[in-house]
Amino acid sequence: MALQDVCGFLNAPLYPHWNAPPKSREDTTFMLGKRSGADSVSRWLPRSSSSSPMEFYVPVQEYLMESPIEFGQIRPSFDSDWTNPKADDHLPYSLPSISVQSAIPLYISPSVPLPFPLGHGTTTLGFVFQGGVIAAADSRSSCAGLVACPESQKIIPVHSHLVSTTSGTSADCALWKRILARELRLYQLRNRRRLSTGGAAKLLSHMLHPFKGTELCVAATLCGWDGDEFLGGDERSMDAGTQSKGTDGKKTGSVSEASFQPVAEPDAKTQPTASNKTSSTLITTKQTGPRLYYVCSDGLRLQGELFSVGSGSPYAYSILDGNIHWGLSVDEAVSVAREAVYRATHRDAYSGNNVDLYHVTAKGWRRRKREDLKEEYYREKERERKRVEERRREIENKKQTK
Amino acid sequence: MEYLIGIQGPDFVLVAADNVAAHSIIQIKHDYDKMFKLSEKILLLCVGEAGDTVQFAEYIQKNVQLYKMRNGYELSPAAAANFTRKNLADYLRSRTPYHVNLLLAGYDATDGPGLYYMDYLSALAQAPFAAHGYGAFLTLSILDRYYRPDLTRDEAVELLKKCVEELNKRFILNLRSFTVRLIDKEGIHDLEKLPLV
Repeated sequence: MALQDVCGFLNAPLYPHWNAPPKSREDTTFMLGKRSGADSVSRWLPRSSSSSPMEFYVPVQEYLMESPIEFGQIRPSFDSDWTNPKADDHLPYSLPSISVQSAIPLYISPSVPLPFPLGHGTTTLGFVFQGGVIAAADSRSSCAGLVACPESQKIIPVHSHLVSTTSGTSADCALWKRILARELRLYQLRNRRRLSTGGAAKLLSHMLHPFKGTELCVAATLCGWDGDEFLGGDERSMDAGTQSKGTDGKKTGSVSEASFQPVAEPDAKTQPTASNKTSSTLITTKQTGPRLYYVCSDGLRLQGELFSVGSGSPYAYSILDGNIHWGLSVDEAVSVAREAVYRATHRDAYSGNNVDLYHVTAKGWRRRKREDLKEEYYREKERERKRVEERRREIENKKQTK
Repeated sequence: MEYLIGIQGPDFVLVAADNVAAHSIIQIKHDYDKMFKLSEKILLLCVGEAGDTVQFAEYIQKNVQLYKMRNGYELSPAAAANFTRKNLADYLRSRTPYHVNLLLAGYDATDGPGLYYMDYLSALAQAPFAAHGYGAFLTLSILDRYYRPDLTRDEAVELLKKCVEELNKRFILNLRSFTVRLIDKEGIHDLEKLPLV
């Protein structure tokens, strides 16, 4: 597993006798002193053949006895079905996931206390249509009934043609997205082609599976565009020059996309891949086009055309369901996505502040400028007021003409 | 919440599963296929806890394929069912048991059709008809009343339609559509989705 390899959890402790009581330590150092007879420094350093830079000294003996998956695992101290997501949620009237949105810490652990209560409130959504994939999310990070950060980023680009919305624990999502990005980049370097969105979803799902049953909480929708060409030649030769050419091409795009502000975020990871389209040599017939996958840390992996995740998702679904269809124009799709997030943030306490919008096309992802939804609320109030006035005027005019 | 049903005839097995993928009160997908093709004539229908279903079913699927690659011939439905049950049983008393309920349906050249009922406690029983889920409470007695061992294919589909009608009438959840498949000596056939509009 990626994380266990990095942290060296599965390897034997490097300095086992540092945990031993002082009496036995004297014996060993005495022995060492006899053997080496050298300076006092080497007397204290045990000789070891393997010294990986990744291994670190873990001071507590018990932690080494536990399996890495159980490390820090919170054990539920009370047995109420409605807060335990592993319980049989076939009961029609139990709402396990909705109750999770409350900021009350669900598991009170005697062994490892949570540093602070974790919250799961958010509204994120993604859908596919003829113009690509739209991913939208709010920007409020909540924590125990407070707003921990009003300007967090819930949509994280994984590579040039894949963005991922995050929901659940922000730290977990950020970490696993980085790991996913690393694995995808390695795949790309080894196989000279990008892994498809479905493949990325499967990879993430399999990476998260060993942590099922722990406190890890990641619910992501992967929104990507599957391309169909092999990477030609040396990617490293595609430098910033072609990258800026790419962005220029985006700036002079069609009128309908004029509302977008293309991102100038030269990410070293995405630079070579962003120039895919300019360096395609082979076209193979594969499934291409916009793709949307929902991946959850309890192992669920679904392909679909519309997903919304988080405490505000029911509100977003109700706006999206009536208005999404394949033939939407880009402007319409953007406005529907914005409105869905706006309505969800209006009703849901744990969503709010700003709305982020990403649009993924064959050329890659583009980010819309972040919008403050407070302004949207006042604008809507203004529009309502004007509409009411107009209607009043119309009725008055009709009365006068009669 | 989820529903599986299987009906065995003299030379075929008819299976159906609902198409809903739900997450607490929301249906996140309306066209989700819960059947996994283990081989040309074996289907595994799998419901249960969110991630466990796909992980376990794909694990069994790949292992059945591996057996075929290694030995040159396919596992029979009985062997596949027992293999599945053994895996469930092995994981049952581990830290990560699989909470899945299964129906395995297949056609064997020598033994004929077979329908196997398995549940999350790794019980295994071969049965002429079986169902999983809350819908089973409503439909098992219909199956008891109208099932005969010498059903024709059309009669079996009619029996299935009766069950689906009862679900639409009395089951509190809206299970809008069902995938229906039939296995016989020619292989797996897709039938029309129920209920017919």
